[in-house]
Amino acid sequence: MLKKLSIAALAALSFSAGGAMAAGGAGHIEDINFSFEGPFGKFDQNQLQRGLQVYTEVCSACHGLKYVPLRTLADEGGPHLPEDQVRAYAAQFDIFDPELDDDRPRAPTDHFPESGLAEAPDLSLMAKARAGFHGPQGTGINQLVKGMGGAEYIYSLLAGYTGEEKEEAGTTFYENTAFPGGWIAMAPPLYGEDVEYADGHSNSLHHEAEDVSAFLMWTAEPKMMARQRAGLTGVLFLTLLSVLLYLTNKKLWAPIKGKKLNL
Amino acid sequence: MSGIPHDHYEPKSKPTKWVESRLPIIGLLYDTLMIPTPKNLNWLWIWGIVLAFCLALQIVTGIVLVMHYTPHVDLAFASVEHIMRNVNGGHMIRYLHMNGASLFFFAVYIHIFRGLYYGSYKAPREITWIVGMIIYLLMMAAGFMGYVLPWGQMSFWGATVITGLFGAIPFIGEPIQTWLLGGPAVDNATLNRFFSLHYLVPFVIAALVIVHIWAFHTTGNNNPTGVDVRKGSKEEAQKDTLPFWPYFVIKDLVGLAIVVTVFFAIVGFMPNYLGHPDNYIEANPLATPAHIVPEWYFLPFYAILRAFTADVWVVMGASWVTGGIIDAKFFGVLAMFGAIIAMALVPWLDTSRVRSGRYRPMFKWWYALLVVDFIVLMWAGAMPAEPPYSTISLIGATYWFAYFFVILPILGVIEKPTTPPATIEEDFNAHYGKPAE
Repeated sequence: MLKKLSIAALAALSFSAGGAMAAGGAGHIEDINFSFEGPFGKFDQNQLQRGLQVYTEVCSACHGLKYVPLRTLADEGGPHLPEDQVRAYAAQFDIFDPELDDDRPRAPTDHFPESGLAEAPDLSLMAKARAGFHGPQGTGINQLVKGMGGAEYIYSLLAGYTGEEKEEAGTTFYENTAFPGGWIAMAPPLYGEDVEYADGHSNSLHHEAEDVSAFLMWTAEPKMMARQRAGLTGVLFLTLLSVLLYLTNKKLWAPIKGKKLNL
Repeated sequence: MSGIPHDHYEPKSKPTKWVESRLPIIGLLYDTLMIPTPKNLNWLWIWGIVLAFCLALQIVTGIVLVMHYTPHVDLAFASVEHIMRNVNGGHMIRYLHMNGASLFFFAVYIHIFRGLYYGSYKAPREITWIVGMIIYLLMMAAGFMGYVLPWGQMSFWGATVITGLFGAIPFIGEPIQTWLLGGPAVDNATLNRFFSLHYLVPFVIAALVIVHIWAFHTTGNNNPTGVDVRKGSKEEAQKDTLPFWPYFVIKDLVGLAIVVTVFFAIVGFMPNYLGHPDNYIEANPLATPAHIVPEWYFLPFYAILRAFTADVWVVMGASWVTGGIIDAKFFGVLAMFGAIIAMALVPWLDTSRVRSGRYRPMFKWWYALLVVDFIVLMWAGAMPAEPPYSTISLIGATYWFAYFFVILPILGVIEKPTTPPATIEEDFNAHYGKPAE
């Protein structure tokens, strides 16, 4: 009985553990099939580059990415831009240099600019700072099955405007099906066909929102692909080690144990 | 060192004699490694080595993280991002450390509940148990303070809520809270002292782990039957035991390897599953998160803390008797610490003369209910503090106390235990048959 009980307890404990972050009301979140999901998921380099374009041409007007070094745009497992493009991209943003006592163009070693608007939160970690999926009933099973859903949350927010507006204390709020509470102060940033993709990819609202969500997942977790590779290698080697140790143990104990009785 | 008769180390070569006559360290290591161990230990006995692994993992990854971390309210959050983005392998080291804490608590809970089922706390192992409980308390302190260091929203607000518990102590609470925080609120002084203590506590734990091992090496391990090893002669003891090396070292390593495989899968594929998204938002003293939830391993006791609201009759009674000195908040704090103290006192609360739960037909069911209770409390702790969750927490908390203070003392008197096997050898052979001679 104890064996069954402990297995049940372990299972329940692992579900219950997910419940820690399951609390919190949420709106409607679309489950997108992103390329980076699952243990073998990979960032789609072209999608990240398109997302960078949406971010640069739309989001960066108000939001910043202050934790993201510009040079990482050239990283493998990321947008993987050529170095000269990264240099040119960085140079379009100025930064105050205390040594020069003047502004200068940013170098790849600098970070992305901070948010230009005080109310606009920094987006570097947004895809990890929000969970799209919760529950059911605080068990965290949904997050186990679908993932945390940070990128899905961003997508659903960008695509979730109904077009309704209301004014409260001088601020305009926009109805949004994904935002907790249903009304958000950010005006709809994307309508579709806001940017022109060089690779001719569809620039509908759906695709733009998807691309920029993927890009923000990368800014939040730039080492994801390296981590998953390390995880896979670790799991494979440790599985091998477990098997070898198991066989060693079996052999070691064989003379001690008689034939196992079926009781 | 052990009370079980066995061969002791005899230096044979010249150099070992030279060392051993000056510092008997080879003998100490030999006796520790070759200690006679009950041969019927089951797989629930592997969690000790998992815990030792966790402690080592946390200290090693922690020391590396400190090389890159900056304990300052304006820089801490950014320095963690620096580790995640710029430090070679930094993201893996941080995720190992972060999830290592979860593995540590997961293992300690199984270890504790194993002890509760097989009566490992009973005479003569009370000191092993008490030292273990102190280690567990220190682990909670280390875990809590470590969670504050990244200086995210949950770090800050968790620290505010938990240090606020000390503020609930009547009369002296507020000065104590100010003293703990180093100021009127959680701020740079708090972060710095938590950092300092977070670095110190693991080494205190390491020292206590040695005491813990020393204690049970003196009494010998418990085992699933709870029957003592025969100590009449070396030959007799050898029928019940096997040396720790190689039999249990290899067996423990099998368990450890499997556990670490699963651990690596979590670190590699879902490192943030056990965390809280809000902690990726930098601490902001002006914006309170909608739900302040501690890490999963604190949830059962967090549920007990919140269960005793002002409308519960025990709380009203306590408040009336003490003239309002004990209010609901302070009662909750007492209940939370009391829940842990109850566990620490279990060697004296359990009156049964039979050690192992295996031979206690009634105990088994109450024990199973305690495990369920623990999981329900963990779940309730993550839910908002409103009905029906507050009622569930209250029922759960009540059962927790009833188990230790009512059920265990009474069971020992009214329960009719079945007969354990006479010897460990008998139990072992009943499962595996007599070994071929």
